[in-house]
Amino acid sequence: MTLWQQIVTIAICVLATMITRFLPFAVFSSGKPAPKYIEYLGKALPPAIFGMLVVYCLKSVEVLSGSYGLPELMGILVTVGLHLWKRQMILSIAGGTVCYMALVQFVF
Amino acid sequence: MNNSSVRMKALKAAFPNTIPILAGFLFLGISYGIIMNVSGFSFWYPLIISLVVYGGSLQFVMVTMLLSTFAPVQTFFAALLIQARHLFYGIAMLSKYKDTGWKKPYLIFALCDESFSINCSVEVPDDVDKGWFMFFVTFLDQSYWVIGSLVGGLLGSLISFNTEGLDFAMTAMFVVILLEQWLKEKKHYSSLIGVICSVACLMIFGADSFLIPTMICILCLLTLFRKPIEKGGDIA
Repeated sequence: MTLWQQIVTIAICVLATMITRFLPFAVFSSGKPAPKYIEYLGKALPPAIFGMLVVYCLKSVEVLSGSYGLPELMGILVTVGLHLWKRQMILSIAGGTVCYMALVQFVF
Repeated sequence: MNNSSVRMKALKAAFPNTIPILAGFLFLGISYGIIMNVSGFSFWYPLIISLVVYGGSLQFVMVTMLLSTFAPVQTFFAALLIQARHLFYGIAMLSKYKDTGWKKPYLIFALCDESFSINCSVEVPDDVDKGWFMFFVTFLDQSYWVIGSLVGGLLGSLISFNTEGLDFAMTAMFVVILLEQWLKEKKHYSSLIGVICSVACLMIFGADSFLIPTMICILCLLTLFRKPIEKGGDIA
């Protein structure tokens, strides 16, 4: 690939990305209020997206081989346990992450 | 309050929320920079790409794209598919980004998984300016990513990894956000729809191509169950 082809490739990626980011705002925020259905989606989507993002983070975990997803499972259990106990976001995340790092570095 | 104290207050409120992303993005950004470096690209590439594209998964795929033969159409559609989930974030943020003035274009430009999750779920204290809060969350997140990419791109393989597993901070963050959401809800229709659709599509379509079918399933089910979800009282 020449330098120009690289620049065009990067520009195309920027264009595609910006379409996905700006489209909803371009379509629905030009003065008049969004249709009721879109307003409903705006409110109903976030919990579903959070669920999707958790699964997305774990998509490459091998449950049937290797470490059988045990470090991830333990990390999540520690995170959830700490959070239900203290309800302190940073503490829950730090605790789960340290647990996971210890497991993948020293145990598995 | 004058302008600069409004900004400082918003920055102080925003920063603690971004700490897990600081850990995750520095780690992933450095990894990305290193991969670009060992693939033969100068540090300018990861630096500029992280500034203008700013999307983790696409950027990792772009390493291969930039090393292959020139294929503009294929690149465009691959990038659209990988980034399609931003459409959901935009729809969810339509009302929150209203009235943010000149900050709005930047908030939309740098809307990523992590900034979306924080700006969508954190309840900003009443005495903190919401526009500046969301601006700093978004700006700090992108800064971590750009700095990480630059460091990785400069140092390349000189860095040795004893930080294996640090990126789990981001998984843990999404878990906590989902859990917080769960504890707030009475019924869990939408959360359950999200998890079940994702797991089902992951098993059917595999890790590389499950996101688009997942998004379609979520849309269908949210539409199908609109009545009970609106009645359930979880959405205002």
